[in-house]
Amino acid sequence: MTSTLPAQARFRYVLRLADTSLVLGQRLGEWVGHAPALEEDLALANIALDLIGQARLLLAYAGEIEGRGRDEDALAFLRDAPQFCNVSLAEQPNGGFGRTIVRQFLLDAWQLELYEALAGSADARLAEIAAKALKETRYHLRFSAGWLVRLGDGTAESHARVSQALAALWRFTEELLTPDALDEQMAAAGVAPPLATLRPRWEGRVAEVLEEATLKRPEAARHPWHGKRGVHTEHLGHMLAEMQHLPRTYPGARW
Amino acid sequence: MVTELPAAQPGARNGREEGVWQVLRTVMDPEIPVLSIVDLGIVRYVHQDKGATRVGITPTYSGCPATEVILGAVHEALEHHGLRDVIVETVLSPPWSSEWLSEAGRWRLELFGICAPSAQRPEASCPRCGSRDAELVSEFGSTPCKAHYRCGTCREPFDVFKCI
Ligand SMILES: [Zn+2]
Repeated sequence: MTSTLPAQARFRYVLRLADTSLVLGQRLGEWVGHAPALEEDLALANIALDLIGQARLLLAYAGEIEGRGRDEDALAFLRDAPQFCNVSLAEQPNGGFGRTIVRQFLLDAWQLELYEALAGSADARLAEIAAKALKETRYHLRFSAGWLVRLGDGTAESHARVSQALAALWRFTEELLTPDALDEQMAAAGVAPPLATLRPRWEGRVAEVLEEATLKRPEAARHPWHGKRGVHTEHLGHMLAEMQHLPRTYPGARW
Repeated sequence: MVTELPAAQPGARNGREEGVWQVLRTVMDPEIPVLSIVDLGIVRYVHQDKGATRVGITPTYSGCPATEVILGAVHEALEHHGLRDVIVETVLSPPWSSEWLSEAGRWRLELFGICAPSAQRPEASCPRCGSRDAELVSEFGSTPCKAHYRCGTCREPFDVFKCI
């Protein structure tokens, strides 16, 4: 079934998954040594490791589909921002701890639904990567949802900070749930779930946690964000400049 | 897809494959040096295939930095025992579960000071004083496979091997 899909389309779809995990993992890595407490520093670093590990598996697969000899490192370090296909939410700056938690929670809840569905993908390789990632995403979500409740239902200060973060980041969530032509093509082939089936599950889970966190769900907004098609906010370029500096300055460097 | 579990029926193995398993029992997890990779449950199969030795290894966590060290150590150990043409393959499916930890492995972890709950015995207990009064500090410990707890009785912190 999947073999009838053009390789270029499968390549781009796997890159969307890979880049979302890679970019989010890199963002979390920026916290190492800066988190509010040692336990949270370790947690963010561990989640970053899982995400980058998932990205490696997916990028290696994308490289095989493409068949032009690009491995995971070439795809991670030698592409420019317009070739990255992550959703725009993943590249948004960390801000304070509360803002990082809001971004993480929205994406964990989404990856959980997505990986759960992808574990039954017609693409066997994608299905096994998703089944592995799903186990990890479950405890990522316990962490981010747990913190969102503590901060939302915490002090006036912590409540105000996560409310502001939620208001600022909510506009990026439509991209997670609105299919474009590639999403529809993958869904029709049984490779990926139709995003319309993910929406109610994601919204239900998010609403439940927001309620416990005493946070109000912001109004839905039309979305002009198209990170998954390579049109990014200004933040991705800056992030990649740091992430890619070493392999680009010293090509082939080993240590 | 080969999905043999590490505890493959010993009778089904030929002598040479059994020898490979013996060597693999001496390859330790670099982050928990009392635990062999066989006890950890990440060796999925050993096959002799036209002079080549194929070993299937499952990563515990996608981003575990120990995985690459382990893959290298498997090569090194087998080549040290005179095996040429060693092929180490990464097997993702089904994903690794902490239930694949051997009984001997759990026992060694406890002696090492790491609590290792199982599906039959899910509650954490203090590896120092045995108290069940254990409080979760963080689901994320010093390595991806461990959570961080504190004992309510002796007040010492301890690691718990995560159930996934
Ligand atoms: Zn104790």
